[in-house]
Amino acid sequence: MAAKKFSELPASEITPEHVYLNRRNFIRAGLVAGSAVATGLTYKFFNPQPAQQVATAEIAKIETPKVVSTVGEPNSFEDITNYNNFYEFSTDKRAVAQKARKLITRPWTVEVGGLVQKPRTFDIDEILKFPQEERIYRFRCVEAWSMVIPWIGFPVKSLLDQVEPLGTAKYVAFETRYDKGAMQSSFSAGIDFPYVEGLRLDEAYHPLAILATGLYGKQMPNQNGAPVRLVVPWKYGFKSIKSIVKITLTDSEPSTTWNLAGPSEYGFYSNVNPQVDHPRWSQATERRIGELSMRDTLMFNGYADEVAHLYDGMDLKKYF
Amino acid sequence: MNDVRFYKLLISVNALIPLGLLLIDASNGRLGANPIEFFLRTTGVLTLTFLLITLAVTPLRKIFGWNSLIKYRRMLGLFAFFYGCLHLVTYSIFDKSLGFSAIVADVIQRPFIAIGMIAFTLLVPLAITSTNGMVKRLGGKNWARLHKLAYVAAILGVIHFWMIVKSDIFYPALFGVVLATSFFIRLVWPKKQAIQRAIN
Repeated sequence: MAAKKFSELPASEITPEHVYLNRRNFIRAGLVAGSAVATGLTYKFFNPQPAQQVATAEIAKIETPKVVSTVGEPNSFEDITNYNNFYEFSTDKRAVAQKARKLITRPWTVEVGGLVQKPRTFDIDEILKFPQEERIYRFRCVEAWSMVIPWIGFPVKSLLDQVEPLGTAKYVAFETRYDKGAMQSSFSAGIDFPYVEGLRLDEAYHPLAILATGLYGKQMPNQNGAPVRLVVPWKYGFKSIKSIVKITLTDSEPSTTWNLAGPSEYGFYSNVNPQVDHPRWSQATERRIGELSMRDTLMFNGYADEVAHLYDGMDLKKYF
Repeated sequence: MNDVRFYKLLISVNALIPLGLLLIDASNGRLGANPIEFFLRTTGVLTLTFLLITLAVTPLRKIFGWNSLIKYRRMLGLFAFFYGCLHLVTYSIFDKSLGFSAIVADVIQRPFIAIGMIAFTLLVPLAITSTNGMVKRLGGKNWARLHKLAYVAAILGVIHFWMIVKSDIFYPALFGVVLATSFFIRLVWPKKQAIQRAIN
């Protein structure tokens, strides 16, 4: 059949120009809106909002601290509990709070042994019975940010005294719980688990070194290392190991996680030191969370008067 | 509005959405505890993302014959430059308080800063010579040769990102893989086949 001649096409079959344009504009508006939503969702997928706050129980009896150590306004509970390095859960500091909800903290025991007279396993409730006091400390991360945190805790020495370390004990090794089911970090986290840390015995005995069981008068939130963690305020934050299940007294320097991952970047001591830079970035300044510009980092994180004597005669560039 | 102009509008809207969301979150105090670090990291990632999209134009034309994509490449490259400027300005103001000597010292002492700075510097002549007038003035061949610097900038950008992560190299590695793939296609995809597909 021959095609209709153009002139025979009834005028009614031609789409009027304004309808055609409307349809095109409609499709274009849809494209703009649809792609905008898709782009927005992609952005939100890669940059999720921090989780809502997890509430923990109040700690009943908090004593007045015997060691008053820090000046400065503490950071908000919200900031302290939503910006965490806890690689077992995530390498994204903003994502840890949500993922750490899976951590089961009861029942919980801490096995204390090694070179001690009386090895003993403490139940978390026994640990919470040590006289708890508030310690407001500066906290300086090796990543060059810092906070001021009102910890609740007690001296490491109080716990160690109960197991009576032997004269041969020179170091204390700590180990974090490793629960593969709850701790599903990125396969590319780059460090091995369980997380391990260590101190020299005299460092552990220093009155500023505490086992922290809470912050802001409440029991420790999971993301901050529930139910009990170490806090050593003159060292970079990664030394303050979280969620401790094992403490071992040893006569040789224990392995530490970040030192194993990068021996040239993270030493055993890892004292806060503005004069010794990380090989890749400066440690001379830090960003206090809540502030916009950088501030100077202080020697031993501002605790030089209290702790500098521990390192008399040591080359801190060598023992970084 | 013709189709090309419409698609340019479409790309602009989408390219600016991340910035819009970033600014909305910033004004509501929803960038988290360390907003500067977040802003810095996000603008850096966006710079690399747009650089990689720009460099993906040629491979996509080769494989799928989407030759008209070339009309939007300049714009995509300029968005990479735009986010790169934001990244550098954020660093200069908030990390270095606009201290010129502090920035210079940083470039000298920190290889990752030096690499990032070189990558950005390479983008500057590309942005300047992105106009039609400059293409004419330089001549197509010279212009194309100059704009090969975009590959160098992208490689340096990935290295810059890789060097600043502490231990989790997933995202820098992902950018690296995408970049390597696009180089691979660019080099080995047979020209003839590309033309064939373009015709079909």
